[in-house]
Amino acid sequence: MARAVTTQHKTIATTAAWIVALLIFFPILYTIITSFKSEQEAIQGFALIPSGTTESYAEVQAQSGYFKFFLNSVILSVGSTVLALLIAVPAAWSMAFSPTKRTKDILMWMLSTKMMPAVAVLFPIYLIFRDTGLLDSRIGLTVMLMLINLPIVVWMLYTYFREIPGEILEAARMDGASLWNEIIYVLTPMAVPGIASTMLLNIILAWNEAFWTIRLTTTDAAPLTAFISSFSSPQGLFWAKLSAASTLAIAPILIMGWFSQKQLVRGLTFGAVK
Amino acid sequence: MKLRTLTLGLLSASALAFAAHAESITIATVNNGDMVRMQKLTDDFTKANPDIQLNWVTLEENVLRERVTTDIATKGGQYDVMTIGTYEVPIWAKQSWLLPLDKLGDDYDVKDIIPAIAGGLSVDGKLYAAPFYGESSFVMYRKDLMEKAGLKMPDAPTWDFIKQAADKMTDRANGVNGVCLRGKAGWGENMAFLTAMSNSFGARWFDENWKPQFDQPEWKNTLQFYVDLMKADGPEGASSNGFNENLALFQQGKCGMWIDATVAASFVSDPKASQVADKVGYALAPDTGLGKRGNWLWAWSLAVPAGTKKADAAEKFVSWATSKHYAELVASKEGWANVPPGTRTSLYNNPEYQKAAPFAKMTLDSINAADPTHPTVKPVPYVGVQFVAIPEFQGLGTTVGQLFSAALAGQSSVDDALKQAQDAATAAMTEGGYIK
Repeated sequence: MARAVTTQHKTIATTAAWIVALLIFFPILYTIITSFKSEQEAIQGFALIPSGTTESYAEVQAQSGYFKFFLNSVILSVGSTVLALLIAVPAAWSMAFSPTKRTKDILMWMLSTKMMPAVAVLFPIYLIFRDTGLLDSRIGLTVMLMLINLPIVVWMLYTYFREIPGEILEAARMDGASLWNEIIYVLTPMAVPGIASTMLLNIILAWNEAFWTIRLTTTDAAPLTAFISSFSSPQGLFWAKLSAASTLAIAPILIMGWFSQKQLVRGLTFGAVK
Repeated sequence: MKLRTLTLGLLSASALAFAAHAESITIATVNNGDMVRMQKLTDDFTKANPDIQLNWVTLEENVLRERVTTDIATKGGQYDVMTIGTYEVPIWAKQSWLLPLDKLGDDYDVKDIIPAIAGGLSVDGKLYAAPFYGESSFVMYRKDLMEKAGLKMPDAPTWDFIKQAADKMTDRANGVNGVCLRGKAGWGENMAFLTAMSNSFGARWFDENWKPQFDQPEWKNTLQFYVDLMKADGPEGASSNGFNENLALFQQGKCGMWIDATVAASFVSDPKASQVADKVGYALAPDTGLGKRGNWLWAWSLAVPAGTKKADAAEKFVSWATSKHYAELVASKEGWANVPPGTRTSLYNNPEYQKAAPFAKMTLDSINAADPTHPTVKPVPYVGVQFVAIPEFQGLGTTVGQLFSAALAGQSSVDDALKQAQDAATAAMTEGGYIK
């Protein structure tokens, strides 16, 4: 009897999970379907079976070189993530293992910067970038993306580090490990799943960031978000082309996510965000 | 071997040195067919100007507007040529954000630009942007359905005729809507259409003292007529239809009439995309006998921002892209029907163009029927046919557009929508210091 109930529960839970997963994935699936339609088909209304034409892909490729944008996306997302980790690991370490009275407030203050709409600081940031010659530069945008995601990276790492018993670090110290040795040889290996999932999530966030990447670039540093944006047309049908461009833009990150999902899930369930 | 390496090295070095001397200009544009075609044809320009390299930035229309506004207001200098419309030019020129185009070259023939278009792009007699393609709006209708309804479309119809024809052409059983009009909210979407329409009903956005006029009977007549017409003969879900949605409906044979941009003529008459390509007729936008028609005037134009450090190269490019030579280049590669329309009188005098584009005369007549400096029946303090050329209009136009779209969707009454529009406009004008 008990087994029957468990099986029934399992079936319900699995079905529910599938439904939720399908609901979440459906917009992406429909984008991919639409990319294989002709422009006329695409605007005609809801249809799950496309005619299978690849004309939109050909046109998108002919109109603008995908590779340049792709390369910029890789540089920006990986660059900003590495930079963020370099700063966030020591920061999270100090907050997790030597907290002070104000640690919680500092963490909250860091997170509060995420609560402001980005457009509110568009002009100041634009002027700073203009005066420092960073407009349309990969360096400028890498720093920008790093700053945007830094609060989240610190928070995530902080929650992972808190799970690690402080006694282990104390034991290392007793054995005469220096601060750096402690972080690099003791803390980091234990927090690898957490750091890996933080890294993956941050790469995804940076890859998808569309506000600053479109507004602070023109040609040289423009990533795939700018590539997608260029296919919308005020006068002329564009859904199929836009879908093809979007599919090309999300494909690499989707594949990366697919292969690293085990690591991602492990990391996300490792820390306090269980 | 060593010699060959040395020669190759020298050659690469000189090529690099040459490239370093080449000036590169950045052009911001939208992804419309004519602009995409221009990007493909730029070899002609770079061959004649090997010292100028072209970088293209293509953006969604609203993002482009926001990007170039940010850049120009902060003098960021990211763009050397920008694609803007007739709405921005007068406002930006007055702010000294644009350079006057006075070095377009001896053979450019500025006087050849259609006067109505040139007027919309000039301030104090100086041209601040060169038109790349221009458009008005007109009626596109199905000749076969009109015949079936036992009617004949006049060259210059009235709104009453449009209503009568739409009633007769509507055939819900066969999926035919008598008329398709814009309903999607936005200053450049439904408000472009409705503002132009309101001109023909004698309405105006503001009186001579900038007092909003939505509480006047002319606006009530306009909006009531529009909502009634669309309820009786418009497509389902019309309040979310813009240019592209109506284009698709018309191409699929689901509209008896469509009143929209003249540029649409080349799309609906293209047999590759349109199922009704050989059945389309054209007529001037409707009126009510008050002396103004419901057609607009717009020109996607190329301008040089004041912040650029490469003004000469930029102006050279603008001159090339909007020249008679460019029209001939497009004609030789892709046929006369694909030449950007609506900018030069000479194009409309060209017999080959007239033959290739059956809508040519009606397009020119429509453009000439619009007067941005005197857009309305009663006097107004502003410039612009389907917009009011003040910075506040983008926000206000979209707010009013949302109210009117809601009235079309049946979420509010015409009277409520007009009252709220009046309140919103009064608040915006008071805040802007136009009225107390």
